[in-house]
Amino acid sequence: MRIRVNGETFDAAVHPGTLLVDWLRDGLGLTGTHVGCTTSQCGACHVMVDGEVVKSCTILVGQCDGADVTTIEGLGTPEALHPMQEAFRTAHGLQCGFCTPGMVMAGIAIARTHGAHVSDETIRHELEGNLCRCTGYQNIVAAIRLGARAMAEAGLIPAAENA
Amino acid sequence: MPAFQYLRPASLTEAIGAFRGDAAYLAGGHTLIPAMKTGLRAVERLIDLSAIPDLSGIERRGDRMVVGAMVRHAAVAHSPLVQATIPGLARLAAGIGDPQVRRRGTLGGSLANNDPAADYPAAALALDATIETDRGTHLADDFFQGMFATALAEGELIRAVAFRIPQAFAYAKFRHPASRYALAGVAVARFGEGPRVAVTGVAAGVFRWTEAERAIAAGALASLGPLERDDLIGDLHASAEYRAHLARVMLERALEELVR
Ligand SMILES: Cc1cc2nc3c(=O)[nH]c(=O)nc-3n(C[C@H](O)[C@H](O)[C@H](O)COP(=O)(O)OP(=O)(O)OC[C@H]3O[C@@H](n4cnc5c(N)ncnc54)[C@H](O)[C@@H]3O)c2cc1C
Ligand code: FES
Ligand code: FES
Repeated sequence: MRIRVNGETFDAAVHPGTLLVDWLRDGLGLTGTHVGCTTSQCGACHVMVDGEVVKSCTILVGQCDGADVTTIEGLGTPEALHPMQEAFRTAHGLQCGFCTPGMVMAGIAIARTHGAHVSDETIRHELEGNLCRCTGYQNIVAAIRLGARAMAEAGLIPAAENA
Repeated sequence: MPAFQYLRPASLTEAIGAFRGDAAYLAGGHTLIPAMKTGLRAVERLIDLSAIPDLSGIERRGDRMVVGAMVRHAAVAHSPLVQATIPGLARLAAGIGDPQVRRRGTLGGSLANNDPAADYPAAALALDATIETDRGTHLADDFFQGMFATALAEGELIRAVAFRIPQAFAYAKFRHPASRYALAGVAVARFGEGPRVAVTGVAAGVFRWTEAERAIAAGALASLGPLERDDLIGDLHASAEYRAHLARVMLERALEELVR
């Protein structure tokens, strides 16, 4: 199985029935992707597979053969954060940070799907698969609102009005 | 998870041929993988259907809307054809789980699994669907056989689901706020010969609420008595009485949407 992770191609020498999150964390040491539940409900494990946000605890490595995976480590660097990461910092969109990698992934997907001027209502609706035990979500919504605009300014999504 | 063999065949014939012993087909994996993780389900061979070309696609065939077994919930929700032909079905798909579940979960997986609180079984039953498999065709009326039970034989594979296009269709669900599954969900379809009403979430399996069908047909909804069955579900989330009450409320909401 050949899988690209954060731009690097790996020959995944693991059983294809391994959960993607286990391979990312234990095989590649990419521990930024978190495991918050065993029931596919919390979204702490969200990664992108071919540009789509999925729960990496509910997809097998075999299902990702040939795919392009992006984890939180692949978004930016500590010196140059991805605009959505920067927005979480600016808007205090986290407390303990456990849910944050999944929230950032969901935030990017929301910005890409709904554009720079996404409403708070849409953001809340789209976050139904992400649980946070700390923040009460208020600042997460604010961070994603800010991050979507920042992504447009950085040219990552179109700046135009989008439903 | 205990060790198992993982296969990803490229054709239907190969997939069916590979089914032996303690095997299971893998569609979106959003029921099966969680069940395997928690040990509820042990599988020796997992046959991933995702590389088989002929299981996806949405098309109109005469008076039917035919949806491939591997079509994801999000694809039904966003399909212009479904939105134009049976808009209530697109809305139902848009209300399953959360965005990530909708990007992976499939129609075939949902029907094969027949969770007593799942949404699609109610749509299939109300829309008088036929379930096309590698061995023939099942009528929705015979397909759903109670909690997690269906008419599928061992190794039988769903290829597509053909929903009959109604004059109107609506689905109303009272979601469990954490799981998003239905505490009560009612699907109503209007056909020339009369309405069909299917209920999910409240009993051991999806069922047709024939008393409601008759009351709607007679224009006498007020005369409809409370939902009574001996397999109503009562658990820590909602008592049987409350679920029966919710079914009545969801019926009225679905009917309101139907006339809009
Ligand atoms: C957090 C969460 C929330 C959810 N919320 C809802 C909800 O609100 N409403 C709802 O209805 N569902 C909900 N689901 C379930 C979701 O819709 C599942 O995706 C769906 O029930 C099963 O589809 P799947 O493609 O994931 O099937 P899988 O998990 O891959 O398979 C399920 C079963 O069907 C069998 N199977 C799959 N495809 C076929 C086929 N073509 N032929 C024969 N057998 C087949 C498998 O062998 C397995 O036994 C939720 C799931 C999660 C994780
Ligand atoms: S760890 Fe994947 S959804 Fe919770
Ligand atoms: S910041 Fe702690 S779980 Fe969200």
